[in-house]
Amino acid sequence: MTAVVEQPPARPKVKAGGGERGLIDLVLRFREAGILGALVVLVAVTTVINPRFLSAQGVEDIFLNASILALLAVGQTLVVVTRNIDLSVGSVVGLVAFVVGDLVSGTQHGVLVAVALGVAIGAACGLVNGLLVSFCGVPALVVTLGTLYVIQGLNHYIAHGEQISAAEVPGAILSLGNGDLLGIPYLPLISVAVMLAVGYYLRSYSSGREFYAIGSSPEAARLAGIPIRRRVLTAYLAAGVLAGLAGTLWLARFGTVVADPARGWELDVVAAVVVGGVAIVGGVGTVYGAALGALLITTIGSVLVVLKINPFWQEAIVGLLLLLAISADRLVALRLARVLRKRNVRHG
Amino acid sequence: MAEATGTVRGKGAGAGRFVRWDVVVTALLVAVFFGGVGISPDFGNTDNLSFALGDLGEIALIALPMTLLVVCGQVDLSVASVLGLASALTGWLWNAGWAFETIVPVVLVVGVVCGLVNGLLVTRLGLPSLAVTIGTLSLYRGLAYVVLGTEAVSQFPAQYAELTTTNVPGTPIPYQVALFVLLAVVTALVLHATGVGRALFAIGAQEDAAFHAGIRVKRIKLVLFVVSGLVAAFAGIVYTLRYGSARADNGVGLELAVIAAVLLGGVDFDGGKGTLGGVISGVLLIGLLRNLLMLNDVATEIQSIVTGLLLIVSVLTPRLAGVVRERRARRRPAAAPA
Repeated sequence: MTAVVEQPPARPKVKAGGGERGLIDLVLRFREAGILGALVVLVAVTTVINPRFLSAQGVEDIFLNASILALLAVGQTLVVVTRNIDLSVGSVVGLVAFVVGDLVSGTQHGVLVAVALGVAIGAACGLVNGLLVSFCGVPALVVTLGTLYVIQGLNHYIAHGEQISAAEVPGAILSLGNGDLLGIPYLPLISVAVMLAVGYYLRSYSSGREFYAIGSSPEAARLAGIPIRRRVLTAYLAAGVLAGLAGTLWLARFGTVVADPARGWELDVVAAVVVGGVAIVGGVGTVYGAALGALLITTIGSVLVVLKINPFWQEAIVGLLLLLAISADRLVALRLARVLRKRNVRHG
Repeated sequence: MAEATGTVRGKGAGAGRFVRWDVVVTALLVAVFFGGVGISPDFGNTDNLSFALGDLGEIALIALPMTLLVVCGQVDLSVASVLGLASALTGWLWNAGWAFETIVPVVLVVGVVCGLVNGLLVTRLGLPSLAVTIGTLSLYRGLAYVVLGTEAVSQFPAQYAELTTTNVPGTPIPYQVALFVLLAVVTALVLHATGVGRALFAIGAQEDAAFHAGIRVKRIKLVLFVVSGLVAAFAGIVYTLRYGSARADNGVGLELAVIAAVLLGGVDFDGGKGTLGGVISGVLLIGLLRNLLMLNDVATEIQSIVTGLLLIVSVLTPRLAGVVRERRARRRPAAAPA
């Protein structure tokens, strides 16, 4: 996944027949279309077998469940695009869900307080990760593995076998997780809004495109004068903030929180991002793809339930999907590189 | 931490180098050991120590191939899932009435196949091992659940179960520790005394250069992933017998503990640097610390925090020391820092 096929992140609008760029553009579009296609086929086949799959309740459940994962996937995309990784997000979600739940239960605090608390805790975690990775130059995997342990331990220490019960959580906060606006639940609305905002930023601002430059070639990015440390710090901070928001939404949706509710989620999030076409080696991918990846993984879970397939298959299928996604991506990239090389030769 | 920025020990000629992290970890290990003996009277007795060592069994075993992988710039996150799959298979086959003596080779072959899948995806398709093994982490664990569900199988033959809970006759050394020592010696020889070991460092340092120097990079990586799968499956059998329970969720999250131990032992995650001695110190340090915290009734949660902090410190210290040294060297280019 090096040099040859690093695509420009912001897709240039090239008219048909625009040569190499048009080709790259096509492949990039194909990637997200591929996930969308898989999703459509999955839903169609399931609906044919069991028409009740597409009931209003069923669809709403899928979107509610996917929206928290999608928020995390958007944050993770920012980090992975810069050729880093954040394994601590799952434990941040757990910590925030528990601590915010603990602080607001029995009170009349509103949604704003809960969100502000969650975002603040998430931001603090993201800041620690970001400072360690960007300013201390320590490998991201090791740092976030370490903070995963620390945050998880902290969470267990604070929770100490207790749990938050929905009865104590203020109604205003619970209604954030279960209420709706004109029939559309808040959670997917929030996730889509965040996704569009981050997607627009990455695509349309030069500072946004610098995230891709860093991931494509850190050395070139440095020589081009891009403030790498600041951008990487921003990526981690954003991932932390979104994990904090996701933790608050978790509390709002479920109300009942045991210690470390999102244990193991870091891998689901990474899977969603990679399935969504974000290259783990950085520089390639969009938040839309990542959010679609989250939706696909959540949908598979529901499909297995509806088709009465052993739900244990889900984990195996997610793994298989991930392997297929990275393999297909690699094969397409190799083919593309070959085509481009041929063209370059022809054009002299 | 002060040690790392201090004077250069050992080969004094290595100007511009700080004390190697594996030496620091070993020093920490000795400090924790004697500190522990001072704090808890029970800590130093042989029963406790042999329990603490035996408890490390699977992590220590899997850490050996993991060290070789990380040295050549790869990682295998699927090891704990292979362990779980091996455990689930053992239970399922035992329920189906197979003889334990036939189950073991079958399970080991499955481990080899798991490793082969990882290795082929990495070497044939050129995929990053991190992404591949996150995928197979999910896949193998899922298969473990498909095989055994949430069932737990127990009642394995006593003569084998005892092997994992008793000591080698006449010594305070549990069998799995004796086995670990044996394998550790072999691994250390391979890594530090053979051409293959040098090839591993070369691949980790600069894969292209290693390839052009005639090292069979793909072949070596493939073999390493296979060995990693084999050892993880074996550890799955040990785990099952030690706890007397085959379950699909056995060893969940163990991959992080193994990687923590390897990195704590001073192996560079970017490849090309590290010693097996450091890794063994890292494994022991985590094990003894956990045991010491447990003896002093410190909550298990704190153990997780301590592991995480140690991990961060272990990668942070050498970098910070490097930065400090660089700054000093820039300020006084002629004089070497004392």
